[in-house]
Amino acid sequence: MDLYQELILEHSKRPHHAGLREPFTAEVHHINPTCGDEVTLRVAVSEDGGEAVVQDLSYDAKGCSISVASSSVLADEVIGRPVSEALETVEAMRTMLTSKGKVAGDEEVIGDGVAFAGVAKYPARVKCALLGWTAFTDALARSGQDIARPRTTTSPLSSSAKPTTTGATS
Amino acid sequence: MSSAATPHVGAFTDEEVAAIRADFPILSRTVRDGRPLVYLDSGATSHKPTAVLDAERAFYEQHNAAVHRGAHQLAEEATDDFEAARETIARFIGAPSDEVVFTKNATEALNLVAYAFSNAAPTDDPKDDRFVLGVGDEILVTEMEHHANLVPWQELARRTGATLRWIPVGADGALDLSDLDSLLTERTKVSALAHVSNVLGTINPVSELAERAHAVGALVVVDACQSVPHLPVDVATLGADFIAFSGHKLYGPMGIGVLWGRAELLDVMPPFLTGGSMIELVTMERSTWAPAPQKFEAGVPNAAQAVGLAAAVRWIEAIGLARIQEHEGALVDELLAGLEERPWVRVVGPPRGVPRGGAVAFVVEGVHAHDVGQVLDDAGVAVRVGHHCAWPLHRALDAAATTRASFAVHSTREEVAALLEALDRVPVIFGLDVATPAGVA
Repeated sequence: MDLYQELILEHSKRPHHAGLREPFTAEVHHINPTCGDEVTLRVAVSEDGGEAVVQDLSYDAKGCSISVASSSVLADEVIGRPVSEALETVEAMRTMLTSKGKVAGDEEVIGDGVAFAGVAKYPARVKCALLGWTAFTDALARSGQDIARPRTTTSPLSSSAKPTTTGATS
Repeated sequence: MSSAATPHVGAFTDEEVAAIRADFPILSRTVRDGRPLVYLDSGATSHKPTAVLDAERAFYEQHNAAVHRGAHQLAEEATDDFEAARETIARFIGAPSDEVVFTKNATEALNLVAYAFSNAAPTDDPKDDRFVLGVGDEILVTEMEHHANLVPWQELARRTGATLRWIPVGADGALDLSDLDSLLTERTKVSALAHVSNVLGTINPVSELAERAHAVGALVVVDACQSVPHLPVDVATLGADFIAFSGHKLYGPMGIGVLWGRAELLDVMPPFLTGGSMIELVTMERSTWAPAPQKFEAGVPNAAQAVGLAAAVRWIEAIGLARIQEHEGALVDELLAGLEERPWVRVVGPPRGVPRGGAVAFVVEGVHAHDVGQVLDDAGVAVRVGHHCAWPLHRALDAAATTRASFAVHSTREEVAALLEALDRVPVIFGLDVATPAGVA
């Protein structure tokens, strides 16, 4: 079955950057109430020199292979990156996962996240794959970051949104 | 799936099983790229035989009207159909028909009872202080409850100041009654429990517990969702004061549920939902209530669904619940035997040989139930995964989630084999350190 790509199984068996670490600027706990998956996630954001950077992301994920692997890929993709770039990656991942299979995802933007393209065809599993990513966005907000999503249409609620730079579609 | 060379287990012949399956149109469809549907999720909702679909359609095509209203012929016929449905369902559970209340589902039925306690506040001139709860009073539930028979009682405790207590579940999947004397006391005003666990399949000793509860003056509310479709339930001998069950798990339509309550209790209980058709007299200042069951059926009821549920009951009665129980019991045993041969699977609930309902839940150690369910789904096998609306139970079982197969009258041993065969792909896909099951590439 195309859902369980080798990359996903690898990440779920040996999740990268797993475990909760100090220091951190925010910690969040997110759950998927339909299945009971949960993730505790910490971010450390530093703003030395003006640009906010994700210094660290650590997590304790309890759940299915999709949700654990997805948190692992998230950590790979955002640690050490400017918050603005990390948010673009989150948006690209979200776009792919909620596209019902129409958007393949760009490896340049979401890295191993492309292995999750098949998840988009299983609506019940999209929440599993998004669990860590949603938690990460929440943790950024709690760290004082502006997490307004880039939008393709102007919304009065997202006046501070950056121009759309989401991953390529195919 | 090959056709069985040996006679079908349980009470039905192969021909009978084929005839039963032919009554369910959905069983002939395929899923996931043309695979036959192996539906082992009847515990979540059952499929509907043609007789049920026809009955609903006939109601709308020939008699449709708002029941208990209007003076025209359609209104009379619709009301007659609706009340005849009540009689059919009452007879099915051994009750007088005025003790059967239609709700939208079992959850609403359980909330109806919980709110009766809330609405019988001491300041509101209660007709019966058995329904008055306050600080110092206790509500007793069990650790294996479905959220539908737990959360309403938690909320009732919160609203009234009463204390919620619960009977724990033992390692054998049975209620641990060793502390019952301290849990069930004069302070207990109501005890709510499942007849059959929706996860474990455990059949709880309702009669014994009801006797103990009644001895201390507590009322007994039973969630019968997982028993009424699977074994004969007779409220005259069960011992409960109330039972709730859903129509959609009983081969009936969605949107219809049943509360049965003893007439003398329904008579003194305050209503839950208020509004049209549940009143006796309305002035601008206040209102009085119609007698039960109308007192509990505010608004235009789901008459077509009640009629459909009655058709489901007649369909079940034509086969016989005792035979259905024997059939499902044989399949449960066959599945448990198959799982026993797979040491990487941990079954939760009573050990093989102990009577249970139509559900078997299990854990593949090291693989999340969501992933197990996905692999099964890929083979066309539909099961339920997660905590099955029994999250506290799963904590007690030390399982984040379980995979549950649940049977129905139309289930077959070929479907048990299909489940086991698909299950054997799980350790292969997820690289579990187990002996590779025979015949799996």
